[in-house]
Amino acid sequence: MTAGPATGAPAVEAIDVTRVYSLEGVEVQALRGVSIRIDEGEYVAVVGPSGSGKSTLMHLLGCLDRPTSGVLRIGGREVAELSGNELAALRNSRVGFVFQSFQLLARTTAVDNVALPLVYGGVGRKERRERAVQALTAVGLAHRLGHRPAQMSGGEQQRVAIARALVTDPQVLLADEPTGNLDSRSGGEVMAILERLNAERQVAVVLVTHDHEIAERARRQVYFRDGLIERDTGAA
Amino acid sequence: MRFREAFGAAFDALRANRLRSALTMVGVIIGVASVVMLVAIGSGAKQEVEQQVEGLGSNLILVVPGEFSFGSAPAVSRLKLDDVDYLGRVVGDRQAVAATVTSSEEVRVGTRSEYVTVSGTNENVPLVFDRPLARGRYLSAGDVATRRRVAVLGSEIATTVFGDLDPLGRQISVAGVRFRVIGVFAPLGSAFGVSRDKEVDVPVTAAQRLFGVDRIDALAIKAPTVDSVDELQGRLVAALEQKYPGQKFSAVTQTQILGTIGTILGLLTLVLAAIAGISLLVGGVGVSNIMLVSVRERTREIGLRKALGARQQDILLQFLIEAVLLTSIGGLIGIGIGVGAALLANTFTSLPAAVAWWSIALAFGVSVGVGVFFGVFPARRAGRLDPVVALRTE
Ligand SMILES: Nc1ncnc2c1ncn2[C@@H]1O[C@H](COP(=O)(O)OP(=O)(O)OP(=O)(O)O)[C@@H](O)[C@H]1O
Ligand SMILES: [Mg+2]
Repeated sequence: MTAGPATGAPAVEAIDVTRVYSLEGVEVQALRGVSIRIDEGEYVAVVGPSGSGKSTLMHLLGCLDRPTSGVLRIGGREVAELSGNELAALRNSRVGFVFQSFQLLARTTAVDNVALPLVYGGVGRKERRERAVQALTAVGLAHRLGHRPAQMSGGEQQRVAIARALVTDPQVLLADEPTGNLDSRSGGEVMAILERLNAERQVAVVLVTHDHEIAERARRQVYFRDGLIERDTGAA
Repeated sequence: MRFREAFGAAFDALRANRLRSALTMVGVIIGVASVVMLVAIGSGAKQEVEQQVEGLGSNLILVVPGEFSFGSAPAVSRLKLDDVDYLGRVVGDRQAVAATVTSSEEVRVGTRSEYVTVSGTNENVPLVFDRPLARGRYLSAGDVATRRRVAVLGSEIATTVFGDLDPLGRQISVAGVRFRVIGVFAPLGSAFGVSRDKEVDVPVTAAQRLFGVDRIDALAIKAPTVDSVDELQGRLVAALEQKYPGQKFSAVTQTQILGTIGTILGLLTLVLAAIAGISLLVGGVGVSNIMLVSVRERTREIGLRKALGARQQDILLQFLIEAVLLTSIGGLIGIGIGVGAALLANTFTSLPAAVAWWSIALAFGVSVGVGVFFGVFPARRAGRLDPVVALRTE
């Protein structure tokens, strides 16, 4: 199907995936048969009008949700066959999420926010801190370790969130409108970090954005419309 | 996730909502404090009554006419004064049998008077019961035989009617009849705020005339040894039923009385604890309620934790620990207050509160249990939240 420019092994793969929501008897088809393959080290921008199913796809790729039909594989394992705990373990180790609204724990310092996935990964206290400090250093926040979210700018908060997504060394980083709440300058910083991480660490990045300038900078663009992929520049 | 992290997260959440946590705990605190305090009062009462029954003497058997039961007045009496001698021969020691016939009568000296229990007894009382005298002498065989109008006063009634005067040799009037004071008991103290030092003892013969009766309410027998008590108990009843064919008599031993009192007061303590337990339950409902609010408020946090790899049981554990922390901290504070209140009651009131260690362990165990029981529902709800839906929540 797709030929990734990077290492070539599929990090996540969806084959004819649908997702139907039932709201009080009314069925909403958020995804109506989507096939997409993200290879290791790829950098993909997902664009499309509001309500076209971009976030729904991200949730599926990140094991937060299961498809109504179709096949979904993460790191070669089929999601339908996994238990809830196995899905949680996959989310923990293979996927990193970055949300539009940062989603940091308000009462918790930057280091502890970043270390949180390691807590669920069963990593010891000392190692958690070391790795969290490393991740924060990688996003240029070595001087903000003890700060709480309220004491940081939006751009800094999103960088903390990126560090948190990164700390478990995932294969895929799923960023749903990561710059949506940021001004253009901090948005630019965040994008630069994502691009650098993708280049340096070979972590695949899937990025949902409404900003065409940002989308154009990605090697591959996937256009969504009405729950279907309209165009995929990476598809063969 | 390890227990320690779940504990840390739960503790942080409680600390972030200090006031709310504290208010939620109040219900549990009140429940636990009242359990501990009421049980302390109950067991204190039991201890005190038991001490008093034991303090009466040793190896005692009480013989009453009819079926023996606590709380009911003796049935139409068929015990007579000559049964003292009769049972004395059964025991093999006439001095081991004390007789009583009692009535509440007015005791008066000049203008001072009070209604007290007047007991008609015989000269054997000091040999059967442990009841030392402070002054003078007790009733003698001669006093009883000649129906002499002499009296031995409890220490408190002596003070009430005579003030600072020495009562020995002075006259008192009992139900309008004059008696001469020949002795004063040593103080016994009070039980539950009721003084035990207001009794007046007069010769049983004089009492019978005074009350207008020829019955004896009860006979108290002191068995020669501990081992002979049970055997003697049966023989006394048999002897009386032989003497009065067709009539019924009962004998209870000190041990049986202690057992009955123990059962009654134990039950009372349990009932008190159960009533207090209800408030603990109400406290538990409050915890459940606040935990549901907490789960709702932190829906996004739960969604995030799940997105980062938390399993259902990790979330469940975190919220369950939060609920158990609430109730167990509340429980500890409640225990502190309960013990404190019991000690205060002991020091400043006549309530003989005795803190029972089992009630502390129980109260703490129950508060932990309440936390688990009332925390499980909100915690499960948290654990089951759909992460996608949770993350969208505002
Ligand atoms: N939990 C849900 N229950 C019901 N319908 C839902 C749910 N989540 C999404 N939908 C519907 O599915 C469709 C796709 O939603 P989705 O969030 O994927 O869109 P999107 O492309 O991310 O839009 P946006 O750019 O506004 O974020 C929409 O019509 C939405 O209303
Ligand atoms: Mg979206």
